[in-house]
Amino acid sequence: MKFGVIREIEPGEARVALTPASAEQLAKLGYDCCVEAGAGTAAGIADSDYEAAGVKVLPDAAAVFAEADVIAKVRPPRDAEVDMLREGQTLIGFFWPAQNEALLERAKERGATVVAMDMVPRISRAQKMDALSSMANIAGYRAVIEAGANFGRFFTGQVTAAGKVPPAKVLVVGAGVAGLAAIGTATSLGAIVRAFDVRPEVAEQIESMGAEFLFLDFEDSQDSAGTGGYAAPSSPEFREAQLKLFREQAPEVDIVITTALIPNREAPELWTKDMVEAMKPGSVIIDLAAEKGGNCKLTVADEKIVTDNGVTIIGYTDFPSRMATQSSTLYATNVRHLMTDLTPEKDGQVVHNMDDDVIRGATVCHKGEITFPPPPPKVKAIAAAPKKDKPKELTPEEKRAAEVAAFKAQTRQQVTLLVAGAVLLLGVGLVAPASFMQHFIVFVLAVFVGFQVIWNVSHSLHTPLMAITNAISSIIILGALMQIGSGSFLVVLLAALSVFMAGINIFGGFLVTRRMLAMFQKS
Amino acid sequence: MEFGFTTAAYVVAAVLFILSLGGLSGQESAKRAVWYGIVGMALAIAATLMGPGEGLWPVSLALIAAGGVIGWQLAMRVQMTGMPQLVAAMHSLVGLAAVFVGFNAHFELVRVLAMDEATREGLRGFGALIAKKDIVEQNILRVELYLGILIGAVTFTGSVIAYGKLAGKVSSAATKLPGGHLLNIAAAAVWVLCLVWYYSSGSFFPLFLMTLAALFVGYHLIMGIGGADMPVVVSMLNSYSGWAAAAIGFSLGNDLLIVVGALVGSSGAILSYIMCKAMNRSFISVILGGFGGAQGPAAEIEGEQIAIDADGVATALDEADSVIIVPGYGMAVAQAQQSVSELTKRLRGKGKEVRFAIHPVAGRLPGHMNVLLAEARVPYDIVLEMDEINEDFPDTDVVIVIGSNDIVNPAAQEDPNSPIAGMPVLEVWKAKQVFVSKRGQGTGYSGIENPLFFKDNTRMFYGDAKASIDALLTKLS
Repeated sequence: MKFGVIREIEPGEARVALTPASAEQLAKLGYDCCVEAGAGTAAGIADSDYEAAGVKVLPDAAAVFAEADVIAKVRPPRDAEVDMLREGQTLIGFFWPAQNEALLERAKERGATVVAMDMVPRISRAQKMDALSSMANIAGYRAVIEAGANFGRFFTGQVTAAGKVPPAKVLVVGAGVAGLAAIGTATSLGAIVRAFDVRPEVAEQIESMGAEFLFLDFEDSQDSAGTGGYAAPSSPEFREAQLKLFREQAPEVDIVITTALIPNREAPELWTKDMVEAMKPGSVIIDLAAEKGGNCKLTVADEKIVTDNGVTIIGYTDFPSRMATQSSTLYATNVRHLMTDLTPEKDGQVVHNMDDDVIRGATVCHKGEITFPPPPPKVKAIAAAPKKDKPKELTPEEKRAAEVAAFKAQTRQQVTLLVAGAVLLLGVGLVAPASFMQHFIVFVLAVFVGFQVIWNVSHSLHTPLMAITNAISSIIILGALMQIGSGSFLVVLLAALSVFMAGINIFGGFLVTRRMLAMFQKS
Repeated sequence: MEFGFTTAAYVVAAVLFILSLGGLSGQESAKRAVWYGIVGMALAIAATLMGPGEGLWPVSLALIAAGGVIGWQLAMRVQMTGMPQLVAAMHSLVGLAAVFVGFNAHFELVRVLAMDEATREGLRGFGALIAKKDIVEQNILRVELYLGILIGAVTFTGSVIAYGKLAGKVSSAATKLPGGHLLNIAAAAVWVLCLVWYYSSGSFFPLFLMTLAALFVGYHLIMGIGGADMPVVVSMLNSYSGWAAAAIGFSLGNDLLIVVGALVGSSGAILSYIMCKAMNRSFISVILGGFGGAQGPAAEIEGEQIAIDADGVATALDEADSVIIVPGYGMAVAQAQQSVSELTKRLRGKGKEVRFAIHPVAGRLPGHMNVLLAEARVPYDIVLEMDEINEDFPDTDVVIVIGSNDIVNPAAQEDPNSPIAGMPVLEVWKAKQVFVSKRGQGTGYSGIENPLFFKDNTRMFYGDAKASIDALLTKLS
């Protein structure tokens, strides 16, 4: 089958759904790839690069639609593009089916299959195709870079001959993928980063990225496991507590990056007008939720504005597109992974298995039917937090009773063993002569000492232990030495051989042990 | 003719040997422990040479020196990865020496018995010792030297085969001659018959016959044990060589031999026991060879093994905060420990938490991995045991499995029909991401399919372990 990619016609969109690298991988899956001329130019990929990777370059979108069986793109299609779809054709790309019902209806009428990248369920198996995460990662990074470009100071604090520079203070609201990426970028630039999220379980992730988690002491905190890892709307009381926390932060922080989004809803207002007014002049706000109305109501989508008190508010919605080369690479890889799942036989034939959770979830329109919204996935995105059972507190009496019982059992076992051993010894003693018993006692004691000593040997030293016991077992040389003085030639010969072999063993064994032990060192 | 000085020296030597083994309880005290052992051995030999072994002492010294040179060469030249083979080979020497000494004891006994009273008076050393024995003591002596030769002979061929398997010169698969355990039982019957015969006749032939049977059992027993159980086998042979020395000690009436033999024997036995417990196997079933029969077919594994290249692993490592490396025999085979150490250094340099998880039976010797990592200068305080680290896997970003298979096989916990069901394993699959460095898609030493390789969070990093890690190092600056 043929896999085609068209140029994005959305103004300002620089990404492309195919890279030469992903084309090579798709070829391995059995697909012939074609691409519209100039599709990758904005992302820094020339048509000749595609041709070098074996991709056919076609003059316009219509030609691609005519030739390919699978069409991939980035942004949701325009009506004109949907109209070019034919029956049985598959379209892959962001679609936002909840907001684009008319578009979905149109695609259904064309009889095409639509796989929405934004509907890929958030389960671990599907992470490799999760384009929302890979784009959010870029957005988070770019948000910090954008903030830095509009912020008049260093991120890192410095003491120089020309004076002292304080470090920038960054507040990240919402610690999803974008938020965490922003935290990572800002900390690595040297800023002091604080972060907040309504889901208390992400505190650990925030701290792991090197930021300080702003803790909100509130009883009714959320557990996001039920909502697929996304935040859910919060109660008015919680919101008040949250805004109070932000109000305290506003005069202090230099850069605010808001990333709070709730699926299929308008972005919640978290950074109010009075907070903006409380900020220092020169501060920067990056509103990554601008497309959904913004976490700050002063934000103007796709624009940079400066307030009366000198605070810059950036509401760009195309952060991934601003890093088109990087985002195209990641997006193309996401698409390629989706194709891998759609092509189980690697023979270039799409098998649309609607029993597969991932494919079912992402498919919004199939065989002339709208299949959105999908049924809840069989696998939960994140395992629900296990119920914490407190270990049953034992009363002191019970504890004592248990200890006494254990002690008694141990004593009984030891006494049994001792009695059995003593009886055995007595039995031997009745038969054997005294000279044998003398040696036998030595033997039993040595075995006993051996058992006691070896249990304490540390696990990592078992190989040296073996080498050293090997060396020590060449004590057999004593026997040979005692016999070598004999009168019989055969005995002398065998004894001499034994002495020789034991000699090898003594030196070899001890030396190897020493070599091994010399290597153990502390960090 | 008593050797008061010799006995005193033996007591000191025995104490030194006990201290030497006890000293292995800690890394630092272990370095001192070797010296205790060396001094103990030197003392024991010197005392014997001056006392009961004074005859031909220049020859003895020369032979020890010659053996010492060879032993020195061997020990200096051996690669750390070749340790298991060397230890097994050296066990065979002890076994053979025990057989010879046992034979000698028999020859001396015959010779002394043939003498008249007057000649006996003139005997020195070992001969004199025998001359003083009464009839009962002579019979006990026969049983003792019989046992010494028996255990020594089993140790000898067993160790040679173990050496062959570990060095790859003999197929590591468990093979048995037709007849299986019946052959071993027959050999055991031969032992008993020969013992009775020898006890009553005192002639050399039954002794010789028994030796042949014992040599065969040593060969057959170890051939029947699969490569994966080799750590147990090596420590078991270690234990045998100790018991052989102890039995010889009885027949020679030498307390030091008895003490040291018993120490070595019990230490080997405990090591075998510890390892069997770690593998959830009964000691008997390991010795008798082959896995216990599983009930019902093992669960089918669905999914595919997904490969990844060095770039992918490098990216994941760059993003990770905590990394756990699980080394196995594959690391030893590929001599990759230096590269792994370098990887550790670089990752730690980037502020990542890097730790090692060592399964008790990883490698072919107990503690094999610890030694290899120590050789490559990986600090031992980041090398942790299974029990210490198993709980930490769920909080770990990346796990790198280098050449280990069964010890990370989730089937041990998930599939009651798996041959290794119930064996404690490292729960690497609970980490966020697992990379498995492996030569190819084949199954491991035990021939069991590993569902870990098919898990969603697992990526296969195919290739020789050393080449793979080196490729990874070029991506991590």
